[in-house]
Amino acid sequence: MITAERKPMEELIECLRPYHRILLVGCNECVTVCSAGGRKEVGILSSALQMAFMKEGKTLDVKEITLERQCDPEYVEELVTHIDQAEAVMSMACGCGVQEIAGRFKSKPVFPALNTTFMGASERQGVWVERCQGCGECVLALTGGICPIARCAKQLLNGPCGGSTNGKCEVDPDIDCAWQLIWDRLKALGLEDRYEDNIAAKDWRTGRGGGPRKIIREDLVK
Amino acid sequence: MENFEPVIVAFCCHYCAYTAADMAGSKRLCYPPNVKIIKVPCSGKVDAIHIMKALEMGADGVYVAGCLDGDCHFKNGNIGAAKRVAYIKKLLDEIGIGGERVEMVLMSAGMGERFAQTATEITEKIRKLGPNPVKSVNKAKTAA
Repeated sequence: MITAERKPMEELIECLRPYHRILLVGCNECVTVCSAGGRKEVGILSSALQMAFMKEGKTLDVKEITLERQCDPEYVEELVTHIDQAEAVMSMACGCGVQEIAGRFKSKPVFPALNTTFMGASERQGVWVERCQGCGECVLALTGGICPIARCAKQLLNGPCGGSTNGKCEVDPDIDCAWQLIWDRLKALGLEDRYEDNIAAKDWRTGRGGGPRKIIREDLVK
Repeated sequence: MENFEPVIVAFCCHYCAYTAADMAGSKRLCYPPNVKIIKVPCSGKVDAIHIMKALEMGADGVYVAGCLDGDCHFKNGNIGAAKRVAYIKKLLDEIGIGGERVEMVLMSAGMGERFAQTATEITEKIRKLGPNPVKSVNKAKTAA
């Protein structure tokens, strides 16, 4: 899932200070799962914003809506009936959702309520960890199912650096050394020989190095 | 301010604090009438939004009363509630309402005295803090 965290309240209040009526839009997908921007978080933020304004002797009318997916135009269209009553929109989706709303409703200012963080997985309840950087050319088949791009601070493709100590990364002792994990996994699978294979230099153009990316599925395009 | 009588919402677990309130009543113990009790099946049922809505609607203080450590009828509802209260305290600090308006307290069903004492202490604390700053706007809204 795409993970995110709420921005500091001060920043959000500052964005909304010129307005009196806003739409606060949540998303039922990734940000609901990582407890950052689902229906529940929309309710809490709405309440916090209204109280913050009331404290200053002002009022802020907040219309709360949580869409099935903010990154799909079909769902964003549901805002059509509400958008005219709002002076501004605050989105609690990832950056994709914010941009989808901004693109559809060009005359309305749209503010992000979240800092979109990474593509990750739930380690346990309340803890999310980065697992994928969307590099566009997956190497997990070569590395025992552990990604050195997302999980090694230096994105090394051929073994650990000198900063790997007792299985931990020099960047932070709480971070596992990805290459230690890879070696342990290859050993468990009886694939130690694979560790000796050199992985060729990566073509980063499939990742962000090639600029914004696009996927076109001809069989689906209308 | 001198005549300020705070409104305090207490979310009380059915298995402990709510029964403790009953016990306080049976023992004829006095506690301030400012405390409005809401019975919940477990303190773990109290969500962040319930606390926020109580304050938004004008409560001056809110507390969640759950079972003693290790005594939760549902194993760890009280631990979850305490974490949620801590989260809301931070959020209230961030928006300038003040996290001290919200508390988590623990007691058993037999602690009638503790219930009365907690209600008294929290009422006094909120009285000192003064009215919830959102109250005046709520009043103006109602008048309009």
